[in-house]
Amino acid sequence: MTTLTDNTQHDTHADDHHDHHIPYGIKRWLYTTNHKDIGTLYLWFAFIMFLTGGAMAMVIRAELFQPGLQIVEPHFFNQMTTVHGLIMVFGAVMPAFTGLANWLIPMMIGAPDMALPRMNNWSFWILPFAFLILLSSLFLEGGGPAFGWTFYAPLSTTYSADSTALFVFAVHIMGASSIMGAINVIVTIFNMRAPGMTWMKMPLFVWTWLITAFLLIAVMPVLAGAVTMVLTDKFFGTSFFDAAGGGDPVMFQHIFWFFGHPEVYIMILPAFGIISQIIPTFARKPLFGYASMVYATASIALLSFIVWAHHMFTTGMPVAAELFFMFATMLISVPTGVKVFNWVATMWRGSMTFEVPMLFAIAFIVLFTIGGLSGLMLAIVPVDFQYHDTYFVVAHFHYVLVTGAIFSIMAAVYYWLPKWTGKMFHIGLAKWHFWCSLVSVNVLFFPMHFVGLAGMPRRIPDYALQFADINKWISIGGFAFGLSQLIFLVLLVKACKKQGEPVSAQVWEGAEGLEWEIPSPAPYHTFETPPVVK
Amino acid sequence: MSANPNQTKNNKLVLKLAAIVIGMFGFGFALVPLYDVLCDALGINGKPSDTAAAYEAVEIDESRLITVDFITRTNTGMPWEFRSETRQVKVHPGQLNQVNFYVKNTAKTAIVGQAVPSISPGPAALYMNKTECFCFEQQTLQAGEELLMPMQFYVDPQLPEDITYFTLQYTLYNVTANVIASADVVAMN
Amino acid sequence: MKRILFKSGTMLSALMTAPVFAESKDQIEQYQLNMTKGATDISAGVYDMHMLMFVICVLIGAGVFIAMFISMYFHRKSRGAKPANFHENVKVEIAWTVIPFVILVVMAVPAMNLLIDMEDASEPDVSILVTGSQWKWHYKYMDSEVEFFSKLATQADQISGKIPKGKNYLLEVDRPLVIPTGQKVRFLITSDDVIHSWWVPDFGFKQDANPGFINDAWTNVNEPGVYRGQCAELCGKDHGFMPIVVIAKDPADYNKWISDQVAIQQQAKEKEQRLLSMNMTMDDAMEIGENVYNANCAACHMPNGEGLPGVFPALKGSQIAVADEPKHIDILINGVTGSAMQSYAKQLTMSEIAAVVTYERNAWGNDTGDLVQAKDINSAMNGQ
Repeated sequence: MTTLTDNTQHDTHADDHHDHHIPYGIKRWLYTTNHKDIGTLYLWFAFIMFLTGGAMAMVIRAELFQPGLQIVEPHFFNQMTTVHGLIMVFGAVMPAFTGLANWLIPMMIGAPDMALPRMNNWSFWILPFAFLILLSSLFLEGGGPAFGWTFYAPLSTTYSADSTALFVFAVHIMGASSIMGAINVIVTIFNMRAPGMTWMKMPLFVWTWLITAFLLIAVMPVLAGAVTMVLTDKFFGTSFFDAAGGGDPVMFQHIFWFFGHPEVYIMILPAFGIISQIIPTFARKPLFGYASMVYATASIALLSFIVWAHHMFTTGMPVAAELFFMFATMLISVPTGVKVFNWVATMWRGSMTFEVPMLFAIAFIVLFTIGGLSGLMLAIVPVDFQYHDTYFVVAHFHYVLVTGAIFSIMAAVYYWLPKWTGKMFHIGLAKWHFWCSLVSVNVLFFPMHFVGLAGMPRRIPDYALQFADINKWISIGGFAFGLSQLIFLVLLVKACKKQGEPVSAQVWEGAEGLEWEIPSPAPYHTFETPPVVK
Repeated sequence: MSANPNQTKNNKLVLKLAAIVIGMFGFGFALVPLYDVLCDALGINGKPSDTAAAYEAVEIDESRLITVDFITRTNTGMPWEFRSETRQVKVHPGQLNQVNFYVKNTAKTAIVGQAVPSISPGPAALYMNKTECFCFEQQTLQAGEELLMPMQFYVDPQLPEDITYFTLQYTLYNVTANVIASADVVAMN
Repeated sequence: MKRILFKSGTMLSALMTAPVFAESKDQIEQYQLNMTKGATDISAGVYDMHMLMFVICVLIGAGVFIAMFISMYFHRKSRGAKPANFHENVKVEIAWTVIPFVILVVMAVPAMNLLIDMEDASEPDVSILVTGSQWKWHYKYMDSEVEFFSKLATQADQISGKIPKGKNYLLEVDRPLVIPTGQKVRFLITSDDVIHSWWVPDFGFKQDANPGFINDAWTNVNEPGVYRGQCAELCGKDHGFMPIVVIAKDPADYNKWISDQVAIQQQAKEKEQRLLSMNMTMDDAMEIGENVYNANCAACHMPNGEGLPGVFPALKGSQIAVADEPKHIDILINGVTGSAMQSYAKQLTMSEIAAVVTYERNAWGNDTGDLVQAKDINSAMNGQ
């Protein structure tokens, strides 16, 4: 593929050939069916949610800064942990990846837009509505959801506040948004690739999102089912999870985790795609093992359906079942390891430079691997009895989700922001953001491994004295990490104001792909005539 | 944008994907009976069968002695006295046994109770065959009424060699409110 | 909101100025970073397995990171490195698929064996029924009818910081579980309401307490001692405040303890029967009742009787507390099905129930003037 390195302006004149100008004002954003606008909406929404969920984390860490109850009541603390989790999963990570999908997939496959642009608009706009409902429940009598983002029954049914209805409603809407987004992604990738863009020529980001979209349409409906059963058990007299009526609380866990485990892969596969785009660019070397990367991603997705009960080892399963889930879970580390080795092999004997996107991508590889290895330890059943429901688990999933998914999103934003705005972001701020985040995130989450091994359970607002020192440091790391994100906020506002040095179409030496062949900033409409891919 | 040449292709694919979505939503609900079927078949989760087993020409295995413990519990809101007459029996697989359970309604109103059994270790549930059990139906006791409820069972001789004991717990729940609610529904119709 | 800001501001300034951990440093035991080896053969096996996994994971991680950092140093453009063009190598790819698989098998085999050992289904020497509820544990010895509730013993004033925290802050209970050393002790675990989880790290296992279902686990403790654990499944607001304390004694001491408990329980029953004929004065009832209320009821219904709207009903001004005395007593004795209100018949003596009902009917302006006696509770319990 050829690369254009001159900063041509001629494509913006293409707008004059249309019978309309780019819309502006509130109406633009409310009614847009343009994938770039919708991508921007998703990304800003996700960032606002990230800061909101982060604020709740600050409340949590403030209470856990010292032993004793100083700041909040236990019931409110439980609401904070619950809503923090819900917001980060459904409001920050998933919408951010969807925003990236919207911005990038059409450009990467040479399509003019997503396949279903009007449904795309709906997919986004129901999200702020859903989160308003969820957040408002915190202000009701009895408070918002306080049963963990995993909402096990019967704590979430018989023993919860009435606001559970709002929680269910919000989850249904978020689920609908994800499902519609996933359908849009699949139809776009299936039907709108430019001529010559065969399956095995697609960028890895497109592949990982395609596979993620299939996971989404398979499991989000199961979540909808689970949450509906909670609603009917609580308000309409059913007994899905109530032993008195012939139900079973453990069945809730099976149904939830049948959704829940693929869900966490939904939250990491797009990250794998992003890293697979960034490393080759800054190593100036093609991705090692493209085909294996595709097969590995597909294997991870398939395996993710048969490991759900590794979240349930302490529920009283028979040994045979525990062994099956242990072996299946351990097996997932093979394709995941292949991916990590392939990234390192891409770097190997490359010619690397370390711009900010590359810094985040390298940090991802190191820190996600740490998270993955602690996941492997968790898979071992007899030892999991000691790890389960302790801070060791909290450490594991924050490593894979924060230094994994979130860092990959930041890497993606730094990588493609110049394409979106036409200007290089403020590199000084970006480097400060990276280094402050890197140090603070590890001060925040690494000690959690230790305090979990030492016996501290999760979801508690107060703890025994031997956990005090480490919790102090974790909280300090947390406050620092939170503050570091404000640097990112400043940088993003400056970028949206179009401050900075103009960039070329290719932006980064070594960048390859259709999106780097169109001008920066990318014109409002791109690839209205599909390119021919050789 | 001009008329989309891909429109039909897109619509067809959307319909297929929507069908998957609806199918998976149904699958989520289908997991409910599926769960019971798998529990029954694989004997996991410690739920013994909720229908009476038949006792026909079962060979008694004199070489093995299985210890069965009984635990009785009343859940919050259930004022009945509830206890088993024997706390522990040692039985041969294949041998038919009877254990009696005493209940008394110490409240001033009639109460409907539902006993829910649970067995640990879970796999033993597959081999616990009850030919008669008060847990198969709801039991109604008037105020002050007491009752001796028989439970007849035999342990399937196919019980794995490594299981030599198991515990059967009955939790007694007060389901009067549910009974009244569904009776109201019936009466209204 | 203002309160939170004010408190966090105060706290941050305290961080700057005061040595924050003088309090905890005096009292913490070992500065623990790793899993405990525990007090049983199983827990030692679990610890060894953990260390094995940990070492393997560290080696794998180190291998990957060292390769990365070498590459980042030598294969830099600024160092003049020119990019190679390879992008596949079948032999290498097969190697790094097969070798990890072999490593996994090496990990899985001992793990499987340890798990099978843990599921040993042979007959126990002692069986204990463990029932979790919001927010305490109940223990019942199956052989001897000894049973009691075990609740957090740390005073509220320590939690709120009014007085210094004790050594076993949040890990102490009023009545610990006592088990014999050197014998197989089986735990039958269930719940009265939501899912809880019974976990003592030194025993090496954790088992969920599912309502309506029973799980079992066993342990065989080698050394006498005191072993502390916590509830390990979110169960509501006081999930962090229902610890577990187990005292393991030599069998002889254990047997003596059991027979002492049988006698104590018997005496308590007899005392309760004697008290049935005595009447409390209103002042006595209010004083005892207030203490019982604060220790047992205030967690949900709040010290001011106003409850948590939408979750726990208010007693102040409630129809039941102001008018329906029989229903009030019935709720205390039997609990309310399908709600978080437990039965207190076994948790409190009849005198305590009478006192707390009296308190609830007269405090906070309820002022019914009702005075309930232990014999009234006794009648209600016997259906009269």
